[in-house]
Amino acid sequence: MAPPDVASVFRAEYGPAVATLVRLLGDITLAEEAVQDAFVLALERWTEGGVPPKPGGWIVTTARHRAIDRFRRESTRDERHAQAALLHARDEPQEVGAVRDDQLRLLFTCCHPALSSEAQIALTLRLLGGLETAQIARAFLVPELTMAQRLVRAKKKIRDAGIPYRIPTEAELPERLVPVLAVVYLVYTAGHTATSGENLIQAELCDEAVRLARVLAELMPDETEVLGLLALLLLLESRRPARTGPTGELVPLSEQDRRLWNHALIDEGQRRVRDLLRRGAPGPYQVQAAIQAVHADASRTGKTDWWQVLDLYDLLLSLHPTPVVALNRAMALAEVAGPQEALAVVDALTLEGYQPFHVVRADLLARQGRGTEAIAAYDRALRLTDNAVERAHLQRRRDAAT
Amino acid sequence: MKQYLLSVHYVEGQEPPAPEVMQEMYQAVSVFNADLQASGAWVFAGGLHMPDVSTVVRPRGGQVLVTDGPFAESKEQLGGVWVVKAEDLDAALELAKRAAIACQGPVEVRPFQDEPED
Repeated sequence: MAPPDVASVFRAEYGPAVATLVRLLGDITLAEEAVQDAFVLALERWTEGGVPPKPGGWIVTTARHRAIDRFRRESTRDERHAQAALLHARDEPQEVGAVRDDQLRLLFTCCHPALSSEAQIALTLRLLGGLETAQIARAFLVPELTMAQRLVRAKKKIRDAGIPYRIPTEAELPERLVPVLAVVYLVYTAGHTATSGENLIQAELCDEAVRLARVLAELMPDETEVLGLLALLLLLESRRPARTGPTGELVPLSEQDRRLWNHALIDEGQRRVRDLLRRGAPGPYQVQAAIQAVHADASRTGKTDWWQVLDLYDLLLSLHPTPVVALNRAMALAEVAGPQEALAVVDALTLEGYQPFHVVRADLLARQGRGTEAIAAYDRALRLTDNAVERAHLQRRRDAAT
Repeated sequence: MKQYLLSVHYVEGQEPPAPEVMQEMYQAVSVFNADLQASGAWVFAGGLHMPDVSTVVRPRGGQVLVTDGPFAESKEQLGGVWVVKAEDLDAALELAKRAAIACQGPVEVRPFQDEPED
């Protein structure tokens, strides 16, 4: 077991070091091996002598030397990789900008549209977030072996199909950003919905998503949707402490203790939303952030401005006309126009296999005193729910509906 | 440079396109082929006859068995191929996009195993 300061350096430096080594070696697996070698050495040296002043630089330099040693030992390896590593082996200054570019390049590789969305998420968490395969497997409720195979297969495809390590050109960027933003958002939602027994993973995933969103926002300050995603995650994150109760049970937004909300995050999120409004280039993430900004206002005013929420959902629906958005809009409509009108909208949607559809229906039915129908809808929702915390929450609501 | 196979697939039994659409496709494909040749990405390309004229040869204990084709009892069949040279998958996908639009059908992009020595 590593001493705590060494462990935290590992966690912080793994992703950036792998990203730089991928650039130097041109191969993900070789880069991971080299960085792991360097960490083994670091554990020996640092436990006795303490952590060096620039641990990240130490890891990169050591990993580079370890990679060169490996090439020398194993002559079967591709000579060109060895040459590339040797060529760059001079000690480069550890420029913050260069390190960030390496991470961005690797992020675009991990989120390449030629990879499945599951592979994109797994690679991003492993390579950029430095999460262990077992942790990622637990977060996505698949056996560790399955996740390991998924990662191996994805890395093999990157190498064999020749998926490049580069930041897309400006012309390609709008198209290539879509999966990158989706992956960061999905990493966050995975953290948000992890079960209470997995609190650690929950925090890791949420932290990692916010960190990635910050890196993206710093690197692409002109991309309004990137900034929108960051604002959205900050505002969601501001409520995380209030989202679960003392026994890990789920607390819905309307019942949350607003004193537990993180006001520093709310302030930053709302400031970012205001900046985006001035830019006047709305997109789905920005509008979702604006909706969360309105919810956050409730901590000051004591009540939610549902008319404004509904207006924003109308805008979101025009930008992104999907049944899921229509369902969320219906919840705002229920607050403004009553559950009966909202239910008519919901019943017109075809979302039979989508768990939140049945939850919303059940709640709208219960609010109209239609207990039997509400219970049937809760039962349908329960059949589609794996998460123990959420099941308990739905069960309580179902029992209250009788 | 890596080499990639761009293969065109079609679903058997589907209504063939109208003659004027076919004409349009042929023209688009020959424009694309000329561009490939001019840019140096060209290795080889060709359209295939229908799978019902294919013949399968299988090894059987040192001998071979010759049977009527096609090999795969699948509804999706290969219609034609390009072999192109490209720097990386992104460059190959750019070519594949043009190929898919030219032949108005899905194109599968698959890398070849060995990088030929230039």
